[in-house]
Amino acid sequence: MAFDETKTEGFKVVGTRPNRPDGIDKVTGRARFGADATAPGMLHGVIVRSPHAHARILKIDTSEAEAMKGVHAVVTRADFATGLTGENWNILENVMAGETALYDGHAVVAIAATSSLAARDAAKAIVVDYEVLPHVTDVDKAMAEGAPVIREGAADKSVPAGLHPNVVRYHESGHGDVETGFAEADLVIEDSFRTEATHQGYIEPHACLAQLGNDGRGEIWCCTQGHWNVQKVCAALLGIETSKLRVTASEIGGGFGGKTAVFIEPVALALSLKANRPVKIVMTRSECFRATGPTSSTSMDVKIGMKKDGTITAAKGVFRLQGGAFPGAPMEFTAMCAFAPYNLANVSQIGFDVMSNRPKQAAYRAPGSPMAAFAVESVIDELCEQLGLDRIETRLKNASKEGTKASFGPTWDRIGLVECLEAAKAHPHYTAPLKPGQGRGISCGFWFNHGGETAVQMALSEDGTVQLSVGTPDIGGSRASMAQMAAEELGIPYENVRTTIADTATLGYNEISHGSRVTYASGLATIEAARDTIRKLCKRAAAKWGIDEEAVSWVDGCAVPSGPNAGDFDPLPIARIAKSMGRTGGPIVGHYEATPEGAGVSFATHIVDAEVDPETGSTRVVRYTVVQDAGKAIHPTYVEGQYQGGAAQGIGWALNEEYIYGADGRLQNAGFLDYRIPVASDLPMIDTVIVEVPNPGHPYGVRGVGETSICPPLAAIANAVSAAAGVRLHELPMSPPRILAALEKQAAG
Amino acid sequence: MRYHTPENFEDASAIAAGADGVTRFLAGGTDVLVQLRSDMVTPDDLIDIKHIAGVHDITPLRDGSWRIGAAVTGAEMSENALLGQAWPGVVEAMDLIGSTQVQGRATLAGNLCNGSPAADSVPAMIAAGATVSVIGPDGSREIAVADVPTGPGKTALKKGEVVTAVNLPPRGHGGGDAYLRFIPRTEMDIAVVGCAVSLTRDGDTITAARVSLGAVAPTALLVEDAAKALIGSALDDAALEALAKAAEAACKPIDDKRGTIRFRTHVAGVLAKRAARIAYDRAGGAK
Repeated sequence: MAFDETKTEGFKVVGTRPNRPDGIDKVTGRARFGADATAPGMLHGVIVRSPHAHARILKIDTSEAEAMKGVHAVVTRADFATGLTGENWNILENVMAGETALYDGHAVVAIAATSSLAARDAAKAIVVDYEVLPHVTDVDKAMAEGAPVIREGAADKSVPAGLHPNVVRYHESGHGDVETGFAEADLVIEDSFRTEATHQGYIEPHACLAQLGNDGRGEIWCCTQGHWNVQKVCAALLGIETSKLRVTASEIGGGFGGKTAVFIEPVALALSLKANRPVKIVMTRSECFRATGPTSSTSMDVKIGMKKDGTITAAKGVFRLQGGAFPGAPMEFTAMCAFAPYNLANVSQIGFDVMSNRPKQAAYRAPGSPMAAFAVESVIDELCEQLGLDRIETRLKNASKEGTKASFGPTWDRIGLVECLEAAKAHPHYTAPLKPGQGRGISCGFWFNHGGETAVQMALSEDGTVQLSVGTPDIGGSRASMAQMAAEELGIPYENVRTTIADTATLGYNEISHGSRVTYASGLATIEAARDTIRKLCKRAAAKWGIDEEAVSWVDGCAVPSGPNAGDFDPLPIARIAKSMGRTGGPIVGHYEATPEGAGVSFATHIVDAEVDPETGSTRVVRYTVVQDAGKAIHPTYVEGQYQGGAAQGIGWALNEEYIYGADGRLQNAGFLDYRIPVASDLPMIDTVIVEVPNPGHPYGVRGVGETSICPPLAAIANAVSAAAGVRLHELPMSPPRILAALEKQAAG
Repeated sequence: MRYHTPENFEDASAIAAGADGVTRFLAGGTDVLVQLRSDMVTPDDLIDIKHIAGVHDITPLRDGSWRIGAAVTGAEMSENALLGQAWPGVVEAMDLIGSTQVQGRATLAGNLCNGSPAADSVPAMIAAGATVSVIGPDGSREIAVADVPTGPGKTALKKGEVVTAVNLPPRGHGGGDAYLRFIPRTEMDIAVVGCAVSLTRDGDTITAARVSLGAVAPTALLVEDAAKALIGSALDDAALEALAKAAEAACKPIDDKRGTIRFRTHVAGVLAKRAARIAYDRAGGAK
């Protein structure tokens, strides 16, 4: 029998908008999030954190705390594995400081007690003696001569000689000769930009319940984007075998990349082992800000040359990213995404990964890309303005398309940037009149998307319904889209598929829900598992009919003879095959395991109208339109939700969100009062346009959509605000004091 | 921690007067409970005044003045149409605080006694000429709201003293008030600058005015030079410019995570002008 490899039309379930299967649980409070787990005899863990940005830990005195009522265990770095190297060492050092506290909020010691109040009181009784060391939190200052060294020898071989030891990785890519290109330009603009660190801002703080017994076996229940990663990292940090731990992912109240990292689970395990009781740790919001992943702050220089007709002749970018007290700032993504939307003969991009006394950066939705777009698209905007060119036409003229060479090397496959720009140009928003005080900005954005290790299992129930087990935590409605793809392939109703996020003992390794990979990779695996299931169903029908397996086809949920020559049999529905499966060969289970590598990249174009109050510098985003290539929208409502979510987070990043450090190196705004994410009334209704240019690497053409949506907003909003204010803004966030200062500076000439 | 629910203010005062640790009165709790949970304050005695008769009442008195009980919430004030007609600036200042949920708990008296220089309702009460009734170990007294805050987190209330009600004077004919604040977002935020203006008109001419600024000094300010700039004028451009200058001159702000000295000073002048226009229109009968 034959199966269509790819399907781009004639869908019955894909492309519809059914209710999400987890919806009722979430609106009724039945859904169980990280902090909802309990176990008999459970203790509560609290982590004591450094109040200093950089300090040697001289002595930890826990004697008074340990004597307090209800206290069962105290752990320090001495209670974790030794001899770790590479990223495992970095994670351990971050999860529990060794000799030195490297940032305000760095974990130093943890305690477990019978109640969270007892644990908090005991934590206050722990005395840590510090020798405060000089600190640095700014990316440019951290690279400058004389800056305090965060850790000697942290740099890898990519770093050229002569740079400060805080520069730990270096990236260089591009092609052509930029100097020749700049010489061909009619106008060259070079400008510098800065962005502050922002937090993913998920509403659910990190939470876990962990148990590790003296027999060396353990379990973890936690909110995470990737429980196989939690299993692997925790096993390494505790020095036990991976399979000794079983990890179950809870419902997740947002992640946006920030829950790809491991923070509290190894600490809860270590406390549990010592106390021989289950231990629960729930972070406070303040801890989330101080000790979990914000994104990098940046300092960037971009230079672009353009001819009078809008042709870009050369482009160069230097991107310096501060990633906290550990290597890993995603500067290579910043560099590679910067000029990806454009077909350039001459392009050069350089990235620096810089350490400072801040928390270890974690992935945040298209890590590194939004900042690049802010710098590059601001300069393109300035060039268009000075040359009197239309902003979309100019981008179309230079747009990357199938067959052109990407700024970072490869030749593009089928991509949808031109389609996005054309859709934006045709959208009524682009030509709608503006009121006085308003400005319009546009920007393109790019994200790679990702495949990754994936395993899926599909078990048939005796009534013909289907239990689908996937290993990627549902962070954006993926249980619905998986059920849709399974239903589509099997020819059964959406409601007949139940999707479960399986634990680590149930499936093979699944990479984290990151890189916008879930609908692509778990979706592909679901489709392939369904095809595997169908093969097995057809085999049962063939046996029943006494014909060749190859002579059976699967149509609308039934096995049918492939043609007149195959024989004359009534269609055999899935429910009937399922009912007799115990007698006809046993349970029917389809599965698929692979590392799919055809994740199609995604481009977007955003249009923003902003209004600036020139007397106060206050900004309102009054209209917003997202145009993005989804390849194929499986559940259009959730695709639109991703588009709107990326825009909303981008508005916060552009206008008000920032990590504010005092001269003492302490975080000044570790709470949602002074770390200002947008509230509902700050946002206009965000309009969306789904462009569908099928990805050749997915059976239905799916491209990941979760991350590209946050790539254009910083730039589009900066261009809109700059147009409205009449002055170019070079630094994010564009908070009212910053806008007012720019206006005053301009007025002063 | 000991939690008390006294049935009258004399008992509430006596508990506080006799306590030797950290004492907090609990009305809406939108400051106290947040501070408690974030380890900023751990009271030894928490005295809940919500069980005392009359604390939830908004009472219009015969002379046109108003008595607002110490546990009256922002939501209850916003739903009182007559109060909104008399003192729209005080009501809108209270209404700006927090979310819908916070509005169901937060109180004028609590906003004042928390001692924050950025409290939204305090400039509005000062501009309105409000007073508070206080019961303490030495009996009762009435204090001008302007005299209550003495510094960030500090008030002029003595040990054992508790605010029983906020008193707003009679509005009278031709009066209007308004409060504006600057926040970076649209709601759920703390004032970077706040400004309240209350004035009385005779025809087009302003005959009386009070101007108060918040979040630009250690306490909310009553700015007499700003009032002088308005009195006698018909709110012409010259008067507005003089008002803005007087407001700016009164500012003694700090640079912090919420705003710079330069920004706060400039915006104080902008808000003073805008609030004065609204108060002037309201005094002229605009809704």
